[in-house]
Amino acid sequence: MTQKSKIDFKQILDHSHIANPYPLYAQFRETPVALQEDGSYLVSTYNEVVSLLHDPRISSDMRKSDAQKRFMQQAKQKREEMIAQGQQVEEPEEIVPAFIFQDPPNHDRLRRIVTSQLTPERVENMSSHIEQIVKEHLDKHAQGGQIDIVDDLAYPLPVTVICQLLGVPREDEAQFHAWAEPLASVLDPGQVQTEEQQKQIMQAGRQMREYMGQLLQKLKAQPGDNLLSGMMAADDIDGAMSPRELISTAVLLLIAGHETTVNLITNGTLAMLRSPELLERLRQDPELIITYVEELLRYDPPVHFRTRTALADIQIAGTTIPQGATIILVLASGSHDGQRFERSEELIPDRQGNEHLGFGSGLHYCVGAPLARVEAHIALGEISRRLIEPKLALDPPPYRDNAALRGPRHLPVNFKGLRS
Amino acid sequence: MSNHSSQGLRKDEHIVIVGASLAGLRAAEALRRRDFAGQITIVGDEKYAPYDRPPLSKHVLTGHLPIEHTPLAMLEDVRATWILGVAATALDVEQRQLSLSNGERLHFDQLLIATGTRARPWPEERGGKLDGVFLIRDRDDSQQLRERLARKPGRVLIAGGGFIGCEVASVCRELDLEVTLVERGPTPLYGALGSSMGSIVARLQQQHGVDLRTRTTVESFEGDAAGRLCRARLSDGSVVEIDVAIVALGALHNTEWLQGSGLAADERGLVCDTYSRVLDAQGQVVEGIFTAGDVARWPQHLCDGDLIAVEHWGNAVDQAENAAGNMLSAETDYRAYKHIPAFWSSQFGINIKAVGLPNRGDEVMVTQGSVERYRFVAAYGRQGRIIAAVSFDQGRWLEAYNTLIEEGATYPPQLAAADQPENMQSQPAGFPAMARHA
Repeated sequence: MTQKSKIDFKQILDHSHIANPYPLYAQFRETPVALQEDGSYLVSTYNEVVSLLHDPRISSDMRKSDAQKRFMQQAKQKREEMIAQGQQVEEPEEIVPAFIFQDPPNHDRLRRIVTSQLTPERVENMSSHIEQIVKEHLDKHAQGGQIDIVDDLAYPLPVTVICQLLGVPREDEAQFHAWAEPLASVLDPGQVQTEEQQKQIMQAGRQMREYMGQLLQKLKAQPGDNLLSGMMAADDIDGAMSPRELISTAVLLLIAGHETTVNLITNGTLAMLRSPELLERLRQDPELIITYVEELLRYDPPVHFRTRTALADIQIAGTTIPQGATIILVLASGSHDGQRFERSEELIPDRQGNEHLGFGSGLHYCVGAPLARVEAHIALGEISRRLIEPKLALDPPPYRDNAALRGPRHLPVNFKGLRS
Repeated sequence: MSNHSSQGLRKDEHIVIVGASLAGLRAAEALRRRDFAGQITIVGDEKYAPYDRPPLSKHVLTGHLPIEHTPLAMLEDVRATWILGVAATALDVEQRQLSLSNGERLHFDQLLIATGTRARPWPEERGGKLDGVFLIRDRDDSQQLRERLARKPGRVLIAGGGFIGCEVASVCRELDLEVTLVERGPTPLYGALGSSMGSIVARLQQQHGVDLRTRTTVESFEGDAAGRLCRARLSDGSVVEIDVAIVALGALHNTEWLQGSGLAADERGLVCDTYSRVLDAQGQVVEGIFTAGDVARWPQHLCDGDLIAVEHWGNAVDQAENAAGNMLSAETDYRAYKHIPAFWSSQFGINIKAVGLPNRGDEVMVTQGSVERYRFVAAYGRQGRIIAAVSFDQGRWLEAYNTLIEEGATYPPQLAAADQPENMQSQPAGFPAMARHA
């Protein structure tokens, strides 16, 4: 039977839980699939999340959800009213959703083109650059004192890397800072409330797409050894990427590069500075970083939840999710499910059999996972190795507002200097 | 029989496993994993340690996988006595004794029968002994065929369009060899997937240059004076000049050695109950004798407990695990074997996977993807329930279909999947009447 219970998704969005949402998730898991006041369904247990991620009856295309349809209908009505009143109304821009917001078969075509370019070799070739960038950022603090892990390393590193991979000139990087955060906030329904915020997001989107359109023109004339040039030239049995698809794919990859890995590196630093024993183990055994990063992706992941839409009635865990309903998959809760993971609330850096949901599962499994891993291995490895007597200056640190892409806004760390 | 000690379970017990392939090995591993401390003896009629068979009709033949790389990984130290190159020839249930082809007798406390199947041979009087006629079942077969194909022979003929036949046809085309596939039914994979799906495979094969002859059989192979294969006579009166013939007409259950044992064994397999315990000819459970893998015929819960033998890799692994667990349990703790069959095949660059019991389906319907692109999922229905699903390069969805099959979801399925075809229509699955009683 469907329960309208105390399981309330709004609690996740409430900033008071942002520093530690995990006790809340444990409460959620008592009802694996819980109907919410607004008609959506919150799914919090591992098996149910995984099973839905692999189910052909769910969609990633928001346009298919009842809520989105209502929203679009209202927007249309409003426009018509304004026109009727003789007001000037801009035609809404036609935007192709990025491939994470699309379903097969078109999703598959776009993703194939991306993966044909984001090859293991390309990622592997980035690793010496990544090492160099990490070194440059850390070397600025040779005297010790205070470093903000976010601003001084975890944020700039993935931004530089993704820009370089894509083919965005480094001098243009700064422009993206202002665009990326509002765009990423659409993944957190708690943040998009005022009309002002809506406007800001629309504007950031428009500017970023404009920029990308121009960049693609340039790259078309002068292709380079980068993803954008590769995707533009790539053919696929089901057709190449259209210019609009190229733009939305590029915007997606840029935002993903901006707003996720930063949290992985920051959360990883936070966890190791909270546990002197862990820090020492990582120093003694640099290989441990591999399983440590996997454990982080389970224990304190960058992406906490994603939404989907039911395309048909789906029976699961004694509940029927009706067609058209929005489904909120709390990946981070699934990864803390004690039915799936022993000692699930503990960080075990050498955990085995760690099939976490940090990168999702199924057909939308994070396409940038290999890149995120390389960046996290190198950055966290170097932070643990080089910082002398690092101590958290603030615990808990201040968090950013986004509950979906969750992570500290700053992570000030005091330390006494750098090892070479 | 059960005694717990600090060293493990049942120290004084001797478990014999007949059959040294996938099911036998995995059973031995499962016994050790469950702390069985007694003696394990594994008897196998081939001289090789357990090896993996699926590559024998694929990567071994293309040359991508050297035959030396086919042995199965040992997941556990099984600490077994291996008697290889020796067949079991008789079973005395009363005396708990096996007779072996080397003349020895072997006593057991418990027995697992995992003797599997062998390839149906081609009759000698119709050319079965000619040089150039091959079967594919064991590693020697595959190795010899590999060597022959590598010498770039002229046309190859394959008798039988089941999975093995189709896979070998694919290998031949990959090696740029001319190939004729002769199939008795209206399409390839007629028995496994039905003619509706089979016709898709037929188109795929024709696009890849296979000379496909359906509703046709081979009458005989003929050789030259030196006994070398040179032509095949087909049932339609045509004659095909060939250098190599591969006989892929299905498998025979290795149960002959059980004649006279009193067990319920015949050409269809060895009957067991849902706990993998074998039955005698009167249908009574025989204590302490279990079976697993290709040879076992067990009551399948998806089709009202009808007895079926499932000759797939996954069944060998799962049933071995079930049998081993029950061998070490008190009867009250026995676990029923509720396996949903699954299999895969790769041919012509397409990965075909299936779950459930396609050949129990009456109808079939493409539910996702594009048939034209050979990227799709189709569901099989039986009496208004979904009983199986097959995917072409879309294996990622089969887990969900597996769940639907388990739940007994209705057919046609109401999926509304994003990639469902425009005109979804249920069609007759098109199986031979014979396949219905497996």
